[in-house]
Amino acid sequence: MTTSVPVTELGPADLSPPKSFLEVRDLRVQFATDDGIVKSVDGVSFGLERGKTLGIVGESGSGKSVTSLAILGLHRTRSNAKVSGEIWLDGEELIKADNERVRRLRGRKMSMIFQDPLSAMHPYFTIGQQIVEAYRIHHGGSKKAAKQKAIDMLARVGIPQPSRRVDDYPHQFSGGMRQRAMIAMSLINNPELLIADEPTTALDVTVQAQILDLIRDLQEEFGSAVIMITHDLGVVAELADDILVMYGGKAIERGPAEAVFRTPEHPYTWGLLGSMPRLDREVRDRLNPIKGTPPSLINLPSGCSFHPRCPYAGRNGDRSFTERPELTGTTHAVACHMPPELRREIFIQEVSPNL
Amino acid sequence: MSTPLLEVTGLQKHFPITAGLLRRQVAAVRAVDGIDLTVNKGETLGLVGESGCGKSTAGRLITRILEPTGGTVTFDGQDITHIKRGPLRDLRRDVQMIFQDPYSSLNPRHTVGTIVSAPLQIQKIPTPQGLKKAVQELLELVGLNPEHYNRYPHEFSGGQRQRIGIARALALKPKMIVADEPVSALDVSIQAQVVNLLDDLQRELDLTYLFIAHDLSVVRHISDRVAVMYLGKVVEVAPRDDLYAHPRHPYTVALMSAVPVPDPSRRDKAQRERVLLTGDVPSPIDPPSGCRFRTRCWKAQDVCASEQPPLTVLADGHQVACHFPVSDEEQHAAGSGRSAAAAQARDKIATVVADPE
Ligand SMILES: Nc1ncnc2c1ncn2[C@@H]1O[C@H](COP(=O)(O)OP(=O)(O)OP(=O)(O)O)[C@@H](O)[C@H]1O
Ligand SMILES: Nc1ncnc2c1ncn2[C@@H]1O[C@H](COP(=O)(O)OP(=O)(O)O)[C@@H](O)[C@H]1O
Ligand code: SF4
Ligand code: SF4
Ligand SMILES: [Mg+2]
Ligand SMILES: [Mg+2]
Repeated sequence: MTTSVPVTELGPADLSPPKSFLEVRDLRVQFATDDGIVKSVDGVSFGLERGKTLGIVGESGSGKSVTSLAILGLHRTRSNAKVSGEIWLDGEELIKADNERVRRLRGRKMSMIFQDPLSAMHPYFTIGQQIVEAYRIHHGGSKKAAKQKAIDMLARVGIPQPSRRVDDYPHQFSGGMRQRAMIAMSLINNPELLIADEPTTALDVTVQAQILDLIRDLQEEFGSAVIMITHDLGVVAELADDILVMYGGKAIERGPAEAVFRTPEHPYTWGLLGSMPRLDREVRDRLNPIKGTPPSLINLPSGCSFHPRCPYAGRNGDRSFTERPELTGTTHAVACHMPPELRREIFIQEVSPNL
Repeated sequence: MSTPLLEVTGLQKHFPITAGLLRRQVAAVRAVDGIDLTVNKGETLGLVGESGCGKSTAGRLITRILEPTGGTVTFDGQDITHIKRGPLRDLRRDVQMIFQDPYSSLNPRHTVGTIVSAPLQIQKIPTPQGLKKAVQELLELVGLNPEHYNRYPHEFSGGQRQRIGIARALALKPKMIVADEPVSALDVSIQAQVVNLLDDLQRELDLTYLFIAHDLSVVRHISDRVAVMYLGKVVEVAPRDDLYAHPRHPYTVALMSAVPVPDPSRRDKAQRERVLLTGDVPSPIDPPSGCRFRTRCWKAQDVCASEQPPLTVLADGHQVACHFPVSDEEQHAAGSGRSAAAAQARDKIATVVADPE
């Protein structure tokens, strides 16, 4: 068991001023539940520049969504949530900022695309009314001008006959169209930070390709910073400049997309890649799954939380079982007790030939 | 190898849409609208297509959970299209189904023992060593701890629940399993465990699979042949490697090119060669005349609106339902890959955007 430090007593991880547009430092989010404390995010740090895309990957329950909701300040209304660490957006720290300030930034400076557009949209208001509302909160102005803005945006995201469809209700749109409408809504104020949480998971591949293409185009046009959250390694490979791999609420590998895909160094990342059949390779006789199942965030394994599933856990004396590995390295950082030379050798000798 | 175990011809399921007090039929959802398929003994036929194209309905017709409104289903030489209750119970021994959602397909109030033994009890199958022993053997076969006989579904993870569903399907030693999205709800590391398990079981027990999924990479991994559906129709069937290397139907080409490539160094190439479809899949209540893909096809000509293309065998062995199948030249012209098709598609889309109806 790791000793639990009351989150309020945790100091800032780094005292230097932020260098990146978005800088997240030692983010921790815990929920008090009847079954115990859920450590959903447990010391995650990363940076992101304008115009760049960070892909966050991990299996369900690894803390991806909780991380993104924390950036938007959406845990503030939950009485059982404790958030600590620092989130610097364009030089402004958000965790200690007051509610009003965060609300003003949300929707304008930063906005989010959710996995399920139906739950993010109000069923009793038309698509147009909702986009108009999102615009006028921040800009005011006449309803008529805002509606024209909404129609332009719907056209921009590829909704056919936008001046007619703007008056439709969400249920009158197909899944792909709803997802586009939500993208239109989140982009109406040209946010500088766009967080997309599994934006295509519920969609078919042909629609997914359209949506990813759209996000790419819009990013180019507006120069926003994008966080793309997904469990699909193919999707991050399409979009991300940098990749953060999460496991059990922690970042276990972080680096440029090319490096993480070409020379991954964490055994969990190897496992993810080995589990996945891919169209750009010869068919393998068998997949190489990771044994066991993802951990419970209430009762994480001691030491490295991946150790019950890791084939290399025994290679570090008892450190894998007793000591939590820190994420170390500069451009390409990895949280594993194996020395970097050993990890690279294992990847080349044992892992890569079977991918 | 290629003795057919299952043969489907002209299979149809129209769900009536009724209205008014008298519940008069006013229209029909043409969920499956005349499909032909053959599954050979010992092989895996993959069935792919987008949401709502009729995959699950086809699976339910074949296992006779649903009764077809047209066409025929022949299993092991016997016409099962409209068989009645008694013979249907016998069919259950030979054909079993595994479902997508490991959460809702298991009764939460029953123990694993009860769930897995149910088919044995319903069919009154004798178990010489006792029911419990039989169930424990099944649990072991699918990689579950036989000691967990008395546990409830909620005590298991998603992957383990899917294994319970597989154990239940195997209880009657079926010849064929129709697996409807058996790994779609699972995390990728668990998905690989279940895919390997299905592979092993097929080898050990000489099973025949119809594997329904929308994930083209998983289907490629597991299938010997693959059938592609669009809006209630089968549009292409071919041996696995042929289909993925040389898709002939324009829809298959678009579908394959849409799959994201997990390799950042190839993304520019993948994006250039992608055939982006516009618009949405039309409604199965009122599908387009002629070829159903014509509203989104970049190769469509006048004839595509007036004549339905039948599923026919091309010289290279693919079965394709298209008046103008994509040729090798089109695939390889102008450089590599599918760039010619992509370029054509882009031109078509550009004109559509410039000239909205
Ligand atoms: N009982 C029913 N009554 C009316 N329509 C139905 C019924 N069952 C299915 N449908 C319709 O038939 C079509 C095909 O459905 P089906 O479930 O077979 O699709 P699918 O290919 O399995 O899709 P998915 O990938 O989403 O599972 C859909 O339009 C669906 O809405
Ligand atoms: N409001 C909440 N109360 C308690 N636990 C929560 C809450 N929100 C999320 N969690 C838990 O936090 C963990 C991470 O969740 P999430 O970030 O949603 O995962 P994912 O990586 O799939 O997006 C999960 O174990 C989840 O059950
Ligand atoms: S620290 Fe040990 S258990 Fe964790 S990933 Fe590295 S080798 Fe495996
Ligand atoms: S028949 Fe015509 S519309 Fe249909 S897929 Fe072939 S070319 Fe396209
Ligand atoms: Mg999530
Ligand atoms: Mg289905």
